[in-house]
Amino acid sequence: MIMRFIHKLGSPPYFYQFSGRLLPWLSGICLILFAYGLYGGLVLAPTDYQQGDSFRIIYIHVPAAWLSLFVYMVMAFSGAVALIWRIKITEIILINSAHIGAAFTFLALITGSIWGKPMWGTWWVWDARLTSELLLLFLYLGIIALYSAIDDKRKAARAVAILALVGVVNIPIIHYSVEWWSTLHQGPTVTKFDKPSIDTRMLIPLLVMAFAYKFLYAIVVLLRARNDVLWRERRSQWVTALFDGSK
Amino acid sequence: MLQAFLVILQRDLILAIRHRAELMNPVLFFVLVVVLFPLGVGAEISILQKIAPGIIWIAALLSALLSLDRIFRTDMEDGSLEQMLISAQPMSLLILAKIIAHWMITGLPVVLVGPLLALFLGLSTEGIETLFITLLLGTPILSAIGSVGVALTVGLRRGGVILSLLVLPLYVPVLIFASQAVDASAAGFATTAPVAMLSALLLLALSLTPWAASSALKMSVS
Repeated sequence: MIMRFIHKLGSPPYFYQFSGRLLPWLSGICLILFAYGLYGGLVLAPTDYQQGDSFRIIYIHVPAAWLSLFVYMVMAFSGAVALIWRIKITEIILINSAHIGAAFTFLALITGSIWGKPMWGTWWVWDARLTSELLLLFLYLGIIALYSAIDDKRKAARAVAILALVGVVNIPIIHYSVEWWSTLHQGPTVTKFDKPSIDTRMLIPLLVMAFAYKFLYAIVVLLRARNDVLWRERRSQWVTALFDGSK
Repeated sequence: MLQAFLVILQRDLILAIRHRAELMNPVLFFVLVVVLFPLGVGAEISILQKIAPGIIWIAALLSALLSLDRIFRTDMEDGSLEQMLISAQPMSLLILAKIIAHWMITGLPVVLVGPLLALFLGLSTEGIETLFITLLLGTPILSAIGSVGVALTVGLRRGGVILSLLVLPLYVPVLIFASQAVDASAAGFATTAPVAMLSALLLLALSLTPWAASSALKMSVS
């Protein structure tokens, strides 16, 4: 039953139809989550005793950083599926996720740097987390560059899938090596800046925002994937039928 | 199977020896990059001493990157890569042979010259010993990870820039552990942990990358 559903989802026309029905729901939930998360984070949550109101950027920064890793995991997973079962939709999800992942990684870096200015006094600190986030951005950019360099897009998707899998093996290694490098190099200047164990009134909006970001990602990736599906299948019958009907 | 491995290894080495000028290029580049640093940051020995492990390792990274393309490029051009792919031998094994050959051609000279350059940069004897060990353990990792990057980009006309974008972030752990180990030994601390990490990375790279590279090659050639 579930397998049959997955097989059906793998076919472009069904995917297009199904994602079209899914999108309004996702958008609704996403809007509600964002409304609550932003209000809870920016208004309801108490002011931090040490950082004042500037800590509130956490509600933009941390979910973006979480999402940047999450998107990479999605990419590696759909890459594995694409390589094993050659399902077109997963290839499309994979490559369209890369741009979104890169965008959120960039957002996390920018907000981290803006947050760092009042907290650490400089725009950039060679802190372990910031540095591994920067390397993650390069991994994303590498994937995008490789995809756009190969003309045959089915082939490009396979290349990108292999690269995503190589990257996913490497991400933990890179992350921990950078963490180790930073702690040995700069000592406690950064590690002293430990997040105070967070108040639940601060925590709940943060988690809500994390979910809101995930939904936002789902919406954007579905929109992009639908576009891509239409473009790739533009010569097939169901697409022409779709647009003849709407005219 | 072992024979196929040895044949490929021998073939690549002979091919390299027949092009002696090309053989020298990566190591010359390595020496040049290291020489540029004192000219850039000043000849003060205390500064050079401090950044010597980083300089030598970054130069090693760049020279490996420069020579990576030849793992598969020439074989792709003359068609022998396709012959390897359709042969009855497992491709990953042949790739492992090519990685080892590439390391012997480009990595080994760097391993031998690196400690000498470290002497010029004023690194202590303990530091030089550790540098030698880290180069010995680390440069094969560069060839192994690089083989995946080359396998992915070998079909492209201008793969060079993309290759560096793909490969350099993956080189970061090697750079960190290796220069960390040299730093630690120069300061008189134990180097067991970073050296053990490098060895682990080497084993991981040698066992996994031929596999990834072979599926990437199948994609590139098809």
